[in-house]
Amino acid sequence: MATTNSLRVDSRTIYVGHRSSSTNEAFIPPKFCDNRIVSSKYTVWNFLPKNLFEQFRRIANFYFLIIFLVQVIVDTPTSPVTSGLPLFFVITVTAIKQGYEDWLRHKADNEVNKYPVTVLEQGRRIRKESEKIKVGDVVEVEEDVTFPCDLILLQSSRDDDTCFVTTASLDGESNHKTHYTVPDTEKDLETLNATIECEQPQPDLYKFVGRMHIYKNDQEPAVRSLGPENLLLKGATLKNTQRICGVAIYTGMETKMALNYQGKSQKRSAVEKSINAFLLVYLCILVSKALVCTTLKYVWQGKPGQDEPWYNEKTQREKDTNLYLKMFTDFLSFMVLFNFIIPVSMYVTVEMQKFLGSFFITWDKDFFDPEIKEGALVNTSDLNEELGQVEYVFTDKTGTLTQNNMEFIECCIDGFQYKYRDASSDLDGFCVTDGPLNKVQEKAGREELFLRALCLCHTVQVKESSEQGQGQRDQVDGFGLDGEVLPPLREQRGFIASSPDEVALVKGAMRFGFTFLGLESKNMKILTRNNDIEMYELLHVLNFDPVRRRMSVIVRSKSGDTLLFCKGADSSIFPRVRQEEVERIRMHVERNATTDDYLLVVTLGAMCFAVQEEDYAQADAGLMEARLALQDREQKLMAVYNQVETGMSLIGATAVEDRLQEEAAETMEALQGAGIKVWVLTGDKMETAKSTCYACRLFQRNTELLELTVRTLEDGGRRREERLHELLLEYHKKAVQDAPPVKSGVTRTWSSANQDYGFIIDGATLSMVLNSSSESNSSRYKNLFLQICQNCTSVLCCRMAPLQKAQIVKMVKNSKGSPITLSIGDGANDVSMILEAHVGIGIKGKEGRQAVRNSDYAIPKLKHLKKLLLAHGHLYYVRIAHLVQYFFYKNLCFILPQFLYQFFCGYSQQPLYDAAYLTMYNICFTSMPILAYSLLEQHICIEVLLDNAALYRDIAKNGMLRWRPFLYWTLLGVFHGLLFFFGVRFLFSNPALQDNGQVFGNWSYGTIVFTVLVFTVTLKLALDTRHWTWINHFVIWGSLLFYVFFSFFWGGIIWPFLKQQRLYFVFANMLSSVSAWLVIILLILLSLLPEILLVVFHKPRGPRQVELRHIHTFPLYFTHSFSPRFIYLFHFLTVLPLFSLWFWSSLMEPIFNIFIRGI
Amino acid sequence: MMATSYNAKDEDGRVTVCGPGGGPLLRGKKPENTALKQQRLAAWQPVLTAGTALPALFAVGLLFIPVGVGLFVTSNNIRELEIDYTGADASSPCFSCSQSFSWNSTRPCTCTVPFYLEQPYESNVYVYYGLSNFYQNHRRYVKSRDDGQLNGNEKSLTEPSKECEPYAYRDNEPIAPCGAIANSMFNDTLELFYNDPNGTKIQIPLNATGIAWWTDKHVKFGNPGGNDQNLSAAFQGTTRPVNWRRPVYELDSDRGNNGFVNEDFIVWMRTAALPTFRKLYRIIGKKDNVVPTLPRGNYTLEVVYNYPVRSFEGRKRVILSTISWMGGKNPFLGVAYIAVGAVCFFLGVVLLAMHHKCGNRNGDGDISN
Repeated sequence: MATTNSLRVDSRTIYVGHRSSSTNEAFIPPKFCDNRIVSSKYTVWNFLPKNLFEQFRRIANFYFLIIFLVQVIVDTPTSPVTSGLPLFFVITVTAIKQGYEDWLRHKADNEVNKYPVTVLEQGRRIRKESEKIKVGDVVEVEEDVTFPCDLILLQSSRDDDTCFVTTASLDGESNHKTHYTVPDTEKDLETLNATIECEQPQPDLYKFVGRMHIYKNDQEPAVRSLGPENLLLKGATLKNTQRICGVAIYTGMETKMALNYQGKSQKRSAVEKSINAFLLVYLCILVSKALVCTTLKYVWQGKPGQDEPWYNEKTQREKDTNLYLKMFTDFLSFMVLFNFIIPVSMYVTVEMQKFLGSFFITWDKDFFDPEIKEGALVNTSDLNEELGQVEYVFTDKTGTLTQNNMEFIECCIDGFQYKYRDASSDLDGFCVTDGPLNKVQEKAGREELFLRALCLCHTVQVKESSEQGQGQRDQVDGFGLDGEVLPPLREQRGFIASSPDEVALVKGAMRFGFTFLGLESKNMKILTRNNDIEMYELLHVLNFDPVRRRMSVIVRSKSGDTLLFCKGADSSIFPRVRQEEVERIRMHVERNATTDDYLLVVTLGAMCFAVQEEDYAQADAGLMEARLALQDREQKLMAVYNQVETGMSLIGATAVEDRLQEEAAETMEALQGAGIKVWVLTGDKMETAKSTCYACRLFQRNTELLELTVRTLEDGGRRREERLHELLLEYHKKAVQDAPPVKSGVTRTWSSANQDYGFIIDGATLSMVLNSSSESNSSRYKNLFLQICQNCTSVLCCRMAPLQKAQIVKMVKNSKGSPITLSIGDGANDVSMILEAHVGIGIKGKEGRQAVRNSDYAIPKLKHLKKLLLAHGHLYYVRIAHLVQYFFYKNLCFILPQFLYQFFCGYSQQPLYDAAYLTMYNICFTSMPILAYSLLEQHICIEVLLDNAALYRDIAKNGMLRWRPFLYWTLLGVFHGLLFFFGVRFLFSNPALQDNGQVFGNWSYGTIVFTVLVFTVTLKLALDTRHWTWINHFVIWGSLLFYVFFSFFWGGIIWPFLKQQRLYFVFANMLSSVSAWLVIILLILLSLLPEILLVVFHKPRGPRQVELRHIHTFPLYFTHSFSPRFIYLFHFLTVLPLFSLWFWSSLMEPIFNIFIRGI
Repeated sequence: MMATSYNAKDEDGRVTVCGPGGGPLLRGKKPENTALKQQRLAAWQPVLTAGTALPALFAVGLLFIPVGVGLFVTSNNIRELEIDYTGADASSPCFSCSQSFSWNSTRPCTCTVPFYLEQPYESNVYVYYGLSNFYQNHRRYVKSRDDGQLNGNEKSLTEPSKECEPYAYRDNEPIAPCGAIANSMFNDTLELFYNDPNGTKIQIPLNATGIAWWTDKHVKFGNPGGNDQNLSAAFQGTTRPVNWRRPVYELDSDRGNNGFVNEDFIVWMRTAALPTFRKLYRIIGKKDNVVPTLPRGNYTLEVVYNYPVRSFEGRKRVILSTISWMGGKNPFLGVAYIAVGAVCFFLGVVLLAMHHKCGNRNGDGDISN
């Protein structure tokens, strides 16, 4: 044992149940981490330092910290408080938000860590908290409970030493997987004396190598090899097995789940990228302003007498400072003075807007689904505005476009079609709708065989409702006596299966009189039409898997016949049955798949094949051997399955209907109307998927379909590669080259004007396109494929593997113009594409919660997508885009006068505004109105947005945050800044502004400018507000009132803590001057004049907007819907008042004076 | 029935709550149907269209033009006379004073500037002194003061703020008032004489009070120990600013106008906004309704030339001005109002015409909307 105990680095040794392997050796319990899952980032102790560190790693915060430090160290014009206070505010708000989120994570962690588990210790069952599990503990897990850590399966309550688990939450596969106990372990776990040697934890879910040494009464230890089939992973759930026992080998953060867990990668919205770009521009403006001022300062100081006039001598320290150092500190001082141009508070406001705004989604009662009693769920608020920018929607079919609510509606036995009617009185619901009626007897036998097949060939379990479990059984037994009571009881019977179509089939059989009663000790009980109970011994289940697309059972009937029933997709069954039977049924199947009513034939030809006894023995032997194989078990099983499932005879096909989701077609139509391209990515077969697309109106009757599937590839009779090449070129010519050129950018043509193309591709062909043999071809095909797809209104990709779905999303995401993508799905197989797309939407459907948990937003139904995008997304985008532009604008016209003032104060960094105003401007005076706007604005009301999907196109391609609108806002800011400064400058050419002849000083100057500024930017927002709720009124007028009151208050008291009483009574004196009033009114009006003119010039363009004119607004769309003529005129009119003002004041004044004097 | 079959599936989601990401799950609670939560708050949805903007333009035009005319006329009715007495030209009377200036000279240099008033000044006349190219708004200058000291704070009196450097201490004695602003206080003395046609020279009485903001004089500024104290005692232990001839408690013989509450001093301490500025110096009160305050005729300005401005290319001037309800003479407001009003009106007309035309062409006369 010494060899195994000398621990190698790459393996660990575990003592099962902490029992020492041999008595003579000292038992040293090895150290492993505990079973605690920690996803939280902080603890109470490290929160402050760690959070601060994290926050200052953000470039914006760091910038403000630097500014703050510069203010503390260097002698700067503004006190450190002016930037310290906002920074403190930002940091605090963010810290609170992150602290709250971390608290939620702690709570979630605790829920997992404190989950009670049962541990076997010295023969006793002890309840423990999950986090207390140690490596080596023997843990007992019951049905439907998640494994608390990685376990080696030792014992199962099932007779065959197997257990079923579902790993849906790990890898998204929702089917049940079989795991096996370690062979030859003793049944009595208390006496089991064994060690497990296994590799160190590693993240690969499907790899595990280990060895188990079992010691029996001084015998030579037995060695068993362990593989992934013995390992139960934390996060997986036990299914169909009452309880299992296993020994913990990896715990806590060393489990494969924890190793696999990566925080969802941060998705960043396009708006955020725009903000960063604008920030860069403003940073450049800031630096160049500071540079200009510094340069001019030294040029100016070079003139005699200006640097240090007698009235304004420097201190000794200033004189001693090195010239270059002085220049540098001057530069820093200017930076500090102008740093407000980069709005620190914008980050807070944007975050608050996103956080608060996302509540409107969860609050929306239209998203509430009474069936599942849930509303929408927002997992991240960072992407709200991205919902308004979606260009591609990738949707799953089953469960998303369709309800995944399978119902058996039709079957076809021996070429005769049977339809189920609701009225069950008529021949047990069976009625022959076509075919000759004479061979009734023969038919009855086939029918019963078919129904038995339905009842037997599945892995469905019967779920007894617990409160009446026993009673129901009694009544089932007494069924023959009381036939009329039973149907409602039958209806209550619950079936559990991994896929809903299995349940639908069993239920369908039940309607026709064959009821599956359940599995009792390997015997399947069915209740026939004649109320007999038949027992079949279940010999083997050949599980369903997505590659084979079929499953089989081998049963032995009472009479001793061994039968194999196989069911599966038509494509996988037809090649395996006698061909002469196929044709009649194939006809039905294909007809069903393409009917307009959208009957979804779910793949099911149910067939039976009587296996001869000696054949069975052979098959049995093969199966057993494969099942016990230690290596390549999967492949071996597969080979045996394929071998067994041959030469069967076809008995019939079933049609299972899956209804379209409510309003699926309307939703899809709205999305297409909004200019969004819808791609359907499904694992289903082409015919059904195509008919779904027609039913959803993704394909119209006039849509020309371009098909690129295995079938079309094989048409030409040539090599597939060649044919693929040929078809791609042909379609490319059709869809891309011949199509009229679509104007890029914001103006998109009406798609209905052109020929619509729909593109269909299947998984096999797609992988050919993507992984073509030669490298050069591959990228070329990919390009062609993308171009074709982008010119098609809708694309259907069928037979897709989950990974291929993500591949497609990724390809489109990274294509030219990097369009915004959205994935929507309900199942675990959609998780990959949900995570890949810019925005992932989960549907709270029937296939578990996996998609919901990984999504950014979750909605109960597909139909909610319409409102989510067209109303919420549109509004969020408009709100945040306006918010961002407005923030930059208001800070530009805030700082521009301060910059201009430098030209009049000897470039001395003298601030124009008082420190209180500098600090409060963004925090108090102008922050609330824009926040209210960005939460409540509805420039177009929701009903209109929903009714006119085309409005969504107006904001496509980040329309409001492109460079042109940005330039417009910047110019507006510059215009306002110039106006404010020079307007007051002209007024101050004679500072005697009071009627008692007293004069105003520099603080009055700044206060007048600031008053105009606050009023103008607030009123500008008021002009942009289209939706005035009482909140808007309150904050807009409240902010202005607050400004006035604050100014009175601030100037009304000698503040003991202030070194200088700069603003003492400045504001009140300003208000006592009529001239100040007049100039304030004039400047506000003049600033807003261009806005008002825009209204007049705003002419909705294009026919579709005519009826919307009354709800359209000017500032948002001005760049879209203006003809150049109006733009020129607008620019002219904007500049005109300013110019005329300047012209009149400077030139006309002397002329006027002469004129007046002449009188 | 179908729904119940899949309960187990839903359980999956709940049991395996692992790791972050799961937001608060509002299960089974229907969102409240309130106006706020459903974004259906009652809202006023104003629509700014040509229909509302055009009348606004006309209204602005019609309102602004008369106001502008009123302002312009008012401004033009204000009498104003500016006399530059810097002495930059050799011909000007103060040339010699400006040339021979030295801080140490004990004998004040005086000069006499004659001028002629073409029109009589009827109401109160305000005498301003104006300086050009004097950067009172320079940052180093603006902050070089101690408002605590000026408010009469005893501690600040003996320990002036660091901001006052290099005018905080002289020979280890604290300067009162400290700082560059106080140190550079305007100290020319201006006197005005009316040359009566009959040859006599009548001095015009200049009123030195009422030139500073009331709140400044009564609240913001105060002498140490109150205004009624013996000021020379109160300022004991301090020294006068470097460039001053007299200590602060000898600025005026009037007790209420002496020390820190001297109005000339207070006016100077309110730093100007621009490098060219004027400050109120004296007020010539109106005598009665019959005689104009300053009749038309010849006058003499006598200047005690103490304040050097040539070293920084500055100019000094005296301004005599009457005042209206809008303050001093400034045609800007009137011109601006007329201009904006005219532009609005003009635009209104143009737009009306354009809209009329466009509306007719497009067949949707929507001006009334």
